[in-house]
This record gives sequence, C-alpha cells and structure tokens, in this order.
Amino acid sequence: MDGMLTLLVLLPLAGFLLNGLLGRRLGTGFVNVVGVGLPFLAFGVALWAWRTLEAGDGAPIVETVFTWAVVGEYSFEVAFYLDRLSAVMALIVTGVGALIHLYSIGYMKGDEGYARYFAYLNLFLFFMLLLVLGRSLLVLFVGWEGVGLASYLLIGFWFQDAAKARAGRKAFITNRVGDAGFLLGMFLVFTFAGTLEMDRINEAFAAGLIPVGVATAAGILLFIGATGKSAQIPLHVWLPDAMAGPTPVSALIHAATMVTAGVYLVARLSGVYLEAPAASTLIAVIGVLTAFLAATIALVQTDIKKVLAYSTISQLGFMFLALGVGAYGVAVFHLFTHAFFKAALFLGAGSVIHALNGEQDIRRMGGLARRIPWTFGTFAIATAAIAGLPPLAGFFSKDEILWFAIASGEGGALWLWALGSLTALLTALYMFRLLWLVFLGHSRMEPETERHVHESPVTMTSVLVVLAAFSVIAGWFALPQYLEPLLALPEVRFAWGGWHLLQVIFAVLLALLGLAGAAWLYRDGGRPADELWQRFRRLHRVLAGKYFVDEFYDRALQRPWRWVSDRVFLRLGDRLLIDGSLHGLAALARWSAAAFARVQSGSLHWYAWMTLFGLVAVLIWVWRYV
Amino acid sequence: MSEASALNLLLFLPVIGGALLLLLPERRPDLVRGLSMLVLSAQLVIAAWLYLQFEAGVSGLQFETRIPWIAAWGVHYHIGLDGLNLLLVLLTAFLGPLVVAGAFTSITKDVKLFHGMVLFLQFTMLGTFLAQDLFLFYVFWEAMLIPMFLIIGIWGGERRIYATLKFFLYTAFGSILMLAAVVYLAFTVLSQDGTPSFAIADLYLLELSVPVQVLLLTGFALSFAIKVPMVPLHTWLPDAHVEAPTAGSVILAGVLLKMGTYGFLKLGFPLFPDAAQLATPLIMTLAVVSILYGAGLALVQDDIKKIIAYSSVSHLGYVMLGLVSYNLLGVQGAIIQMVSHGLVAGGLFLMVGMIYERCHSRDLGAYGGLAKVLPVYSVFFMLLTLAAIGLPTTSGFTGEFLVLLGAFHAAWPLYEQGLTYPLALASAAVLGIVLGALYMLRLVRRLLFGGLQAPEAQGGTLRDLSLREMGILAALVAAIFYIGLFPNDFLQKTEQAVIEYQERVLPERAAEGVR
Repeated sequence: MDGMLTLLVLLPLAGFLLNGLLGRRLGTGFVNVVGVGLPFLAFGVALWAWRTLEAGDGAPIVETVFTWAVVGEYSFEVAFYLDRLSAVMALIVTGVGALIHLYSIGYMKGDEGYARYFAYLNLFLFFMLLLVLGRSLLVLFVGWEGVGLASYLLIGFWFQDAAKARAGRKAFITNRVGDAGFLLGMFLVFTFAGTLEMDRINEAFAAGLIPVGVATAAGILLFIGATGKSAQIPLHVWLPDAMAGPTPVSALIHAATMVTAGVYLVARLSGVYLEAPAASTLIAVIGVLTAFLAATIALVQTDIKKVLAYSTISQLGFMFLALGVGAYGVAVFHLFTHAFFKAALFLGAGSVIHALNGEQDIRRMGGLARRIPWTFGTFAIATAAIAGLPPLAGFFSKDEILWFAIASGEGGALWLWALGSLTALLTALYMFRLLWLVFLGHSRMEPETERHVHESPVTMTSVLVVLAAFSVIAGWFALPQYLEPLLALPEVRFAWGGWHLLQVIFAVLLALLGLAGAAWLYRDGGRPADELWQRFRRLHRVLAGKYFVDEFYDRALQRPWRWVSDRVFLRLGDRLLIDGSLHGLAALARWSAAAFARVQSGSLHWYAWMTLFGLVAVLIWVWRYV
Repeated sequence: MSEASALNLLLFLPVIGGALLLLLPERRPDLVRGLSMLVLSAQLVIAAWLYLQFEAGVSGLQFETRIPWIAAWGVHYHIGLDGLNLLLVLLTAFLGPLVVAGAFTSITKDVKLFHGMVLFLQFTMLGTFLAQDLFLFYVFWEAMLIPMFLIIGIWGGERRIYATLKFFLYTAFGSILMLAAVVYLAFTVLSQDGTPSFAIADLYLLELSVPVQVLLLTGFALSFAIKVPMVPLHTWLPDAHVEAPTAGSVILAGVLLKMGTYGFLKLGFPLFPDAAQLATPLIMTLAVVSILYGAGLALVQDDIKKIIAYSSVSHLGYVMLGLVSYNLLGVQGAIIQMVSHGLVAGGLFLMVGMIYERCHSRDLGAYGGLAKVLPVYSVFFMLLTLAAIGLPTTSGFTGEFLVLLGAFHAAWPLYEQGLTYPLALASAAVLGIVLGALYMLRLVRRLLFGGLQAPEAQGGTLRDLSLREMGILAALVAAIFYIGLFPNDFLQKTEQAVIEYQERVLPERAAEGVR
C-alpha cells in the first residue's frame, strides 16, 4: 500500500512530538501509551511492510514522499526503499526497539525526566527508521546525524552530572569526525554517479565505468563515517563513555541498533565495495583488529556496562571483518543475532543495576544467581549465545564469519581467521568472567546493598525472556541465504567441504575453552585471575588504561587545537597582528595629525610662503601635464 | 495598486513609519513600540506577498521601478527584485518585527530615537538589497552605517565608543576604496558609451582590461570583505557585537553581514569576472581560513556573545566558499546559508539578550545547569544550536550541505587536471562541521548542563521565557525548520538569477552546460 513506509517512519515522530510537547503535563499514563504504544504499532507496520515485500517476492518497494531540493539538473528526493536488507533492519529496529521501550517503563519509573526520556527514545526510533529506509545517501545521512543527536541527548540524559554531559558531547564530536569522512565520500560518489540514490549508485559502480581509485577512495571515506557510528578503531573512544546514559539506551542505541548503522551502510553500498578491493581489505583489517583489541580490554574492565560496551565494539569488529571479506549477508546475520543477545545482556545488566540500587562495579557483586533468577537465567543464555555455544544464535553467525574470514575468495586470509578465532576465545572468556563475577560465587556486595536486592518487575523480566528466547533461535534463520542475491555471498576458496566442518568444531572447542578458563580463573571471586595478572602487571595496566587512546587524542588533537586557537589565532593573530597593526595605524594617524597641526602655527609669514609654494607647484603641474 | 508600487511601499514603509513616530510623545514608549511593530509587520506582509508573487524561472528584474534621479549623471532611482536579493529582502523583513519585539523590555532609554534608528536601518538595508543602480546602492550602503553607529554608540555597553570607532575605521576605509572604484566605473561608462549611467545591468556589459578589473575588484572586495567579515578583516565584529545592544547584534548578524556577501554576489564577481577568476584561489583560501579560524576562536572565548560573533566569521566563510564555486549547488547553497545564518545567529543573539536581561552576565563561567530551571529557554537554545551546527532538517544543513557539495563539485575537475589545492581546501572546509560542533556543544554544556549555577538562580527568581519571547523564538525556529525540510521553493525562485550569475562570471563553463 502506498504510504506504508511513510507511516512507519512517522509513527515514532508522532510519539516524539506528543510526548515532547504534552508528556509532562498529561502524566505517566499518557507517556506510556504514546511512548511505548507507538513503537509497538510501528513494529506491526514493519511486519505488514515485510509481508507486502514477500508477497511481491522481495521486489523492492519504493515510496517517494517529496522533493527536498532541485538544483539545476540534480534532484534530491526524500524517498523510502524497502528490500530484504532494509526490511530486516526495520524489523530489528522496531522489534527490539519496542521491547526496550516496554522495559524502560520499569527502569525509568519515577525519574524526573520520564516524558523527556520517552520523547528522546521515540525520536531516536524515527531517525533510525529514516536511516534504514532512506533510498538515498542523503536521507540516510539525515537519519545518521539524527540518531547521533538522539544518542547525544540520551547519553547526557542526566545532564546535571557534568561528566555525563561531557560524555554526550564526546560521542557527538567523535561521530562528527566520522561524518566529515561520510560527507566527502558522499560528494565523491555523487560526482561520479550523479545521484545519491543507493540502488542507482550500486548499479553505476557495478557497471564498472567508475575508476577503481575513485571506488576505493569513496569506499574508505564512507567507511570513516562507519568507524565513527559503529565505534571502530580509531573512532571507537566514544562508545565506552556513552554508557553514562540510562541502561536501556545503551541496549537500544549503543548495542542493538544505532551502532550497527555503519555495518548497514557498507552492506547497503556493497556495489561500491565490490569494486574497491583495497577498501574492503582495510575494512577487514580494521574490523578484526578492533574485535581483538576491544576484547582484550573487556577482559579487565570492572564496570558491568563497560565490559558490555567493549564487547559491543568487539562484536561490531566481527561484522566489519565479514564485510571486508565480501560476506555482506553474514555481517547482517551477525548484526541480527547480536541485536538480541546484546540487548538481552544490557537489559540484564540494567536489571542487575536496578536490583543493586545503582551499583555497577562487578567487584562488589557475586552470588546473585539465586536472588534474581530470571535475570540470571536470561543473562546466562545470552552469554552462552555471544560466546558461540551451539545451538544458540551467536554460534551460527560467528561461525559463518570465521569461515568466510579464511575461505572467502574475496580477501579471506589465514591471519584474519586466526586473530578472529583468538578473539572468539577471548569473547567466551570475558563473558563467562562477567557471568561468574556477577552471579556466581560468594556475595561481595555491600551489606546495605545486599539487603535491598530484588528481582525486577514483570515489564522488565518479560522483555528479558523474549530477548533470551530470540538469543536461542535467531541463528536458525538462514539469513545470509535469505538476503541472496541482493547480497551475494563470496565464492569459497576451498574445494573440500569438510574444512567448514572442522572450522565449526574448532570454534565450539574455543568457546568451551573460554568457558572452562573463566570457570577456573574466576572461582573464588576471581582470586586465581588476580594472581595471574600480578605477574603481568604492565599488561594489565595497559589494558585497564584502554591502550591510553583517550590520553593520546587529548594530547595529540584536543589540546593542540585549543593551544593553536588560543595562542596563534587569538593572541598572535587577532590581538597582536591584526588589532596591533590597526592600533598602530591609529597611532600613526594621531602622530601625523599632530605633526601637521604644527604647520598651523599662526604665523602669517609662514602662511604666505606656503601659498607661494603651492601656487608654483600647481603652475608647474599645469604646464607639464595639461 | 500596481505590483511595482508594492515594492516601493515595502521600501518606504519604514520612512513613513519614522515620520509618524516623530508625532508620538516621548513619554509613551508603548505607543512607539506598537507603531514600530505595526509598520514592520505590515512590511513583512508585503514582503511575503512579493515573495509569493515572484515568478521562478523568469530572467531579469521583477516589480521594477526606474525613474531618473540625477539626470546629468545618469543616476536613476532604480529598484527591483531578482533571485539574488529576493530571499535577503524576505529575511530583512522577517527579522524586523522580531528585533522590535525583542527590544520591548531591554531598551528603556531614548525609546523613540531607538525605534527611529531601527526603522531607518530597515529602510537603508532594504534599499541596499533592492538598488539596481550603483550610485543608489552606494548611497544606501553608506547611509546604513549611521543608524548602526548610533545604535551601538548610544545603547551599547561600556566599551561602546571603542567598538564604534573600530567599526567606523574599518568600514570607512572600505567605503573610500569602493567610492573610488564606483567613480572610475562611471567615467568608463561615459567614455565607452558616451552617456553616463550607473545602471548595474549596463555595468555588467562593460569591457574592462584585466589589470583595471583587478584594481576595481580590490576596491569593492575590501569593502565587502570587511562587511562579511573575512579573516583577517574581522576584528571589528566581536567588539561591535559585544558592545551592541541585543537589537543591534541581531541586525548586525542577521542582515548587515550579508551586505558583504551580497556585494560579492551582485557586484564584485559579476562586474569583474576575469579578476574574480584570478582572485578565486585567494578568496577560497580566505573563506576556508575563516571557517576554521572562526571556529577555533569561538572555542576559546568565555563571553557568550563573542562565541556567537566568531561563529559568524566561520559560517560566513561557508557563504564565500559557495559563491566562488560558481556552480548552482554552491551558489544556491550560499544564498540559503546567508538566510540561515541570519535566522540562527539572530536567534542566538536574541537568546543571549534574554538571559542577559535575567542574569546580567555574558560570562560563560557564571552559568551552568540552566536546563533545570529554564526548560523552555533550553529547548529553544538547543534547537538553535542544532541549526548552528548544521544538523539535517535545519536550515544550517541545507546551506552547508549545498555549499560543500558545490565546492567539491567545482574542485574535482581541477583535481583531475592536476590541481590539488582547491580539493584540499574543499576537504578542509568539511572539517568545519567538526569544529562547529566543538564550540557550540561546549557552549551548550557550560550554559545548560552541569550543576545549576547562575547569578540570579539561587533566589528562585529566574523566570522562564515569557509568551512574547516564546513567540519570537518560535517564529525563528519554524523558519529554520521550514528551510531545512522544504528548501525547494526558495531554490526554484533563486535559480534563474544564479544561472545568470554563473554565466557572467564563468561564461565558458556556462556555455558548456556545466551547472
């Protein structure tokens, strides 16, 4: 039906406007109905849209809403585009989104900014749908910047805490660095393809008429944008700080949906990247390095949300690894499964924090399994899923990534696979570490906290159960195959099919090894691990310091720019050179005026001489030139 | 009423209003304000009507009036609307009532004189935009300075004399050079055509040698560049803004700065196309330097007004960058960016004025956490900030996006010919979106977020926005989002004039059909 996609996008916008303008006055009931009801409605519309798409055998549905601008021969239109890729994304965004809205009712209960919270969350959903459904890079970019805004507002939701407000700003600025790359990439693509509509861009690049150098440059520039939004090296630094926002926000924006926008962007423009092998290789390398390094940091974090944040960075790295070796569908598959288990983990963490009255330090937890069983059960399932234990969701998607990392005919390499596998081991290790330290062993809680431990209300636990269930079954859908031929899988380099089986067995062994290692290292509240780290104190310091990237940026970028602005621009440029010469001129004018004033001495004798000189001068001039 | 007389009415309405103002008693400021408001609102209605009547895709002037003024010199009273001035006229008329409404409570001294000056300014600014005769343009251009000096000099802050003097020295310097160039042009017309004329359309047709063009462009360009202002001719701006009363700042940022960019667009580049092409690398460089330099300076200021003043330097840099791209994308973007900056910077200065009226400080260090006590104020401040950092769906994005795309579009063919510099500059300009966010979000964080801290907050006496203030800001925000979401109508109406601008400056490229 016409207008279906427009309706889908506008529903959350209506929620934002209603709650933003009226929410505070009309009270919690109104806020809940609008703020949670509309996202569920949007999910319904997304399902309907998907059914419509399938009824047409996946033929893309295009809906043009209006013409934003026509400049000369170029036309920029606001149009929505639904194919299987954007349908999957829209379902994840609205489905997981609606669940997290529901969960938020319990989590945010009693907060001063309750209406504002739901307004922002709805605003996020609106921009995210714009991002996912936009036909042109321009509409995608509107959503892209818009989700950045929502993220900024929600990270700094408790704005009275200056540190939280600062974290929001950091996220926005870091993303803006990526966006500068995005814009340049967009301009370059536009210059060659003459359009910003992504289906047409893919066609133009696939036709092979655009030089490889251009495809490579455009691919890298757009990928810079992706590293910002999806928190990949070197722009990953904002995501851990973004944990300052309310936990459901971390689950929705900073785990399940927004941060996967970069993955979606690359998959959406696969036509460009297929023509740019060098850019693809870069993506694979950045992806696997991010996955590995973030996992090492996650090993030593002590804040429950920070562990999950680095885990998210790491998992996103896996997705980029898949993209880099041409397995676009597999990346989307992992995006899909990750959305469920990571949302479950974050919301589980939220439930823990809720139960412990705000405590986030895992060193002061332990033994919670029996006290909050629903939270524990769902958290355990999600942990097993992310660690890659069969037959849970993460097992299928991660296995496919590792398989294509080595087997892909488009850039698969042994070292990508090896580092990826090592990361998979680390993933199991740090996740089970988290499980052990939070839920098992003896309690290390403050007595005051321990007395108040309570399971979360059913609006929260029911969401956990649903997400845990999807963490089990989400891998059973053969998503990569569903997305073919839209996103064709790369050719496999190996003739013998048995290699894949061996890889599967190896991956499972790695996960089990991680589980066993965590069980052994983190018994007794982690004393064996502590003893081990004692021997590698230097390494621990580096990991706990997150490789000191923040410090490096501060010293290499932020402070120099401030220094240049203050010392060179302000003091040297504006004050000394420009105003200095201006004041100098003024002084000169005063001085010369004073000098000329002396001519006016009052002596008639002197005036007569002057007149004579003047007359002679004029006569000479007339005689000479006229 | 013929259509042309509507434009004349638009122009002279403030003069009529000013005359009526003289009849009002000094001790009735409410009447003075009401009358000014009425006059400027009527002007806005006429401007809106003219905008709606303006036909897109038609070459030349619309609503034209041309009558001899000083016959011996060939000077005409000649005004008209085209795609270049249409939006700026609309912007000027739009800001007028808002400026007066914004000054309801802040101006209590010499109310009658103040409103007279505002009306006089409105007249001269519109005259400058509408003038199609160079002599008339120059008269309006100079006359405009008088009320501005007085507004800063009489209702300004402590260092107002210094600021006025600096402003005067800068602009007088520019004006003298421009006058010399105008006189030279007049003599050239006389010797080439035999009859004197100042008609800008005639001047476009002059055949001038390249050295002469360079000399004349220098004369015009210095005058315009000071007004824009482009680095390094910008240091009058922060001082003028800081000392000016709110209304002065709003007019200065909202309209006056566009005189410079409009000057380049209407006169500087198309009158001297060969010189313009020679100067393009220099102007492009200065434009990008302005973007980055202004953004850097805005980051290290603690005076809120200075932050916004320097942000103007940065934002007007985008306009200049768009103008010298000489393609439709860039120039159309530049025009949108002019309007956008007028709305956004005007709005921000109004908001600084509102908080200053409440707390009597412009020092960022004195504030914090206002979002808690002034929620409505904070929402509007946030919305204007979003427009200032060019977030999509706001006018700032429409302008910056088209400008940057246009600059890139112009630079790429040069890059393919082996010329890297323009592309490097266009790419550097994109960094402006990062630096812009840096200083604006710093401002927001220090002003609105963090622990509550404000000079007058402790006693609980801090009142949120009044209905009058909300109305002013709502009008601005609505315009900002309208241009962000639906800029197409504006773009269609300006396109024909921009095509002609391109044909004048770059006839070869236009002939190839490259837009």
